Amino acid sequence: MNAPPDKAPPASPHTASAPLADSAPLAIDARGLTRRFGDFTAVNAITFDVRQGEVFGFLGANGAGKTTAMRMLIGLLEPTEGSAIVAGVDVVHDADAVRRRIGYMSQRFSLYDDLTVQENIRLFGAIYGLSDARIAERSEVLLARIGLLESRKELVRRLPLGWRQQLAFSVALLHEPQVLFLDEPTGGVDPITRRVFWELIYETAAAGTTVLVTTHYLDEAEYCDRLTIMVDGSIAVAGSPGEVKRALGVTTLDEAFLHLTRPAAAT
Amino acid sequence: MWRAIRALVQKEFLQVFRDPATAVQVFVIPVIQLLILSNAATFDVPRAGLLVVDEDRSTVSAQVIDRLDGSGRFRVVGVTPTEAGVEQAFLDREARAVLRIPHDFARDLERTGTASVSFSVDAEDGAAAGILQTAAMAIIGDAARAVQLSRGGAAAVTVRASPPVEVRGTLWFNPTRNYKHFMVPGLLVSLTSIIGLLITSQSIVREKELGTIEQLNVTPLTRTQFLAGKLLPFWILAMVIFSIGMTVGVFVFDIPTRGSVPLVFASAAIYLVVVLGIGLFISTIARTQQQVMFVAFFLLLLFLLLSGIFTPLESAPQWAQWIAAANPVKYFVFIMRTVLVRGGGLAEVGSTMAGLAVAGVAVMTLAVRQYHKRSE
Ligand SMILES: Nc1ncnc2c1ncn2[C@@H]1O[C@H](COP(=O)(O)OP(=O)(O)OP(=O)(O)O)[C@@H](O)[C@H]1O
Ligand SMILES: [Mg+2]
Repeated sequence: MNAPPDKAPPASPHTASAPLADSAPLAIDARGLTRRFGDFTAVNAITFDVRQGEVFGFLGANGAGKTTAMRMLIGLLEPTEGSAIVAGVDVVHDADAVRRRIGYMSQRFSLYDDLTVQENIRLFGAIYGLSDARIAERSEVLLARIGLLESRKELVRRLPLGWRQQLAFSVALLHEPQVLFLDEPTGGVDPITRRVFWELIYETAAAGTTVLVTTHYLDEAEYCDRLTIMVDGSIAVAGSPGEVKRALGVTTLDEAFLHLTRPAAAT
Repeated sequence: MWRAIRALVQKEFLQVFRDPATAVQVFVIPVIQLLILSNAATFDVPRAGLLVVDEDRSTVSAQVIDRLDGSGRFRVVGVTPTEAGVEQAFLDREARAVLRIPHDFARDLERTGTASVSFSVDAEDGAAAGILQTAAMAIIGDAARAVQLSRGGAAAVTVRASPPVEVRGTLWFNPTRNYKHFMVPGLLVSLTSIIGLLITSQSIVREKELGTIEQLNVTPLTRTQFLAGKLLPFWILAMVIFSIGMTVGVFVFDIPTRGSVPLVFASAAIYLVVVLGIGLFISTIARTQQQVMFVAFFLLLLFLLLSGIFTPLESAPQWAQWIAAANPVKYFVFIMRTVLVRGGGLAEVGSTMAGLAVAGVAVMTLAVRQYHKRSE
């Protein structure tokens, strides 16, 4: 189904050494988070937590409610019920304080494509209150890392998709957020760029940033410290990739996913 | 606070100037429209047949008739002492308008400085009727004024139009009888308003459609900063357009600047906050650019038709006048004409300016409150 990465997965920042202690402070603590659109329940009372520095995967078929859940966590959508503490702040009550502490890369590309790379960075840097010197410094580091330094004067519209996505990722990191939300960062990009992306994600996590990432690629899910699979708005299973496979009695996440989303096909 | 707003203003300018279509729309089209429209508004109405019922038969009434015939706007097809035959002339389309000068016209004017005449116009073509009516008011007023001036007095003539349009109006002072002097300020107001409302009403909803607004909403940018960042760049653009229009008006059309030009610009600055604020308010509510276009065009049509630019408001039915009372365009047209054409000052337009300022604050407050970073 999904093309496997061309090489072995990059080493997880944690599994290589020791898994994160269960006692690590929580970066996200969602309790009974629910969102209804009219009669339709898009997200149904999901409860989960993410520890600081973790790479946490959000899986689920199209329409399972991943984006909706994420939008509630970052203060873009009012939850119908439930609560969530993100980066130590209650998002229902003080969304702006949460917004200062998080970065977000949306599923749909949402930087200004009629501005250049540099103009986008300057705009968001200024909005986050970074000084000019700090913006210059950060953009140097971030752009050099993704090899976009030479193209800083290009209109974003002219960049290939893979680079646009990496730019969006970098802009989300501009203000050094505590928690990074990535909604299908690798949607539509080639396998090489996907690998690059995961290296970036690991680097970010290794530096102490918590990452919540949604994906449709099950091989990518293997790189997560922990993950949940959402089915029709609810969390069907959660845990480390190993735990998930064991709980469902399957050997691959592919099987686990099929088992949950298309029970008939799996048996 | 200001840093974020400045960055947003820069961003809007970059976007406007980078897109040649927008740049042309903003700067070139208004000037061309102003040139074409003001000429069209002046010359497109051919000299209209005018039948005069002159019950007064005085030298003053004769002067009024002379002026009308010599104005280039009317062709006097007949002067009769009584109403007989008037209806037939209308039906035969020999006359498009009838002016009735009552028999004590000259006497009233001499004694009291005021007099009234009645003017009825074939309202089949509403816009032309309005133009004729406005023109007649101006010309008759000038004639009366000239008579009075020669005697050393002031003059005002009330023109009453018979149904279907009912008019009560006091006349503008327009000594050169140049219709453009009257129209160009109005056209300038309408063009600035059209551009201002369209561009602001598109701007937020466009970001909603593109999805770029999410990236802003997920930052700690406040609602006030966001709206200030939308208002300011378009306000600057609209002021520039207005200045270009004023320059064209003054140097190409010789519109008078009898009053204080800074006062006109100060009023424009206030007025534009109202118009752009309305545009932003619509934009915060709408979901698609199509919705916003529909609402903006509807509002513009209503505002412009009920602004007194094209037809005197006095001729509008009562319900329309109530709507017009809430029409910012009308107030700005009033300020422009009062200051530029009549030489009015702060004393005449100050309260109107204050009213516009209140409206500007109110509409921007509404827009800020209406805007939500988090959808419900
Ligand atoms: N604003 C909205 N109004 C009504 N329904 C909505 C709205 N937003 C999302 N939904 C519905 O909620 C459900 C979950 O959508 P969501 O975008 O969260 O799914 P997803 O898991 O992110 O899917 P995908 O993998 O396709 O991105 C879908 O059925 C969607 O149609
Ligand atoms: Mg989604």
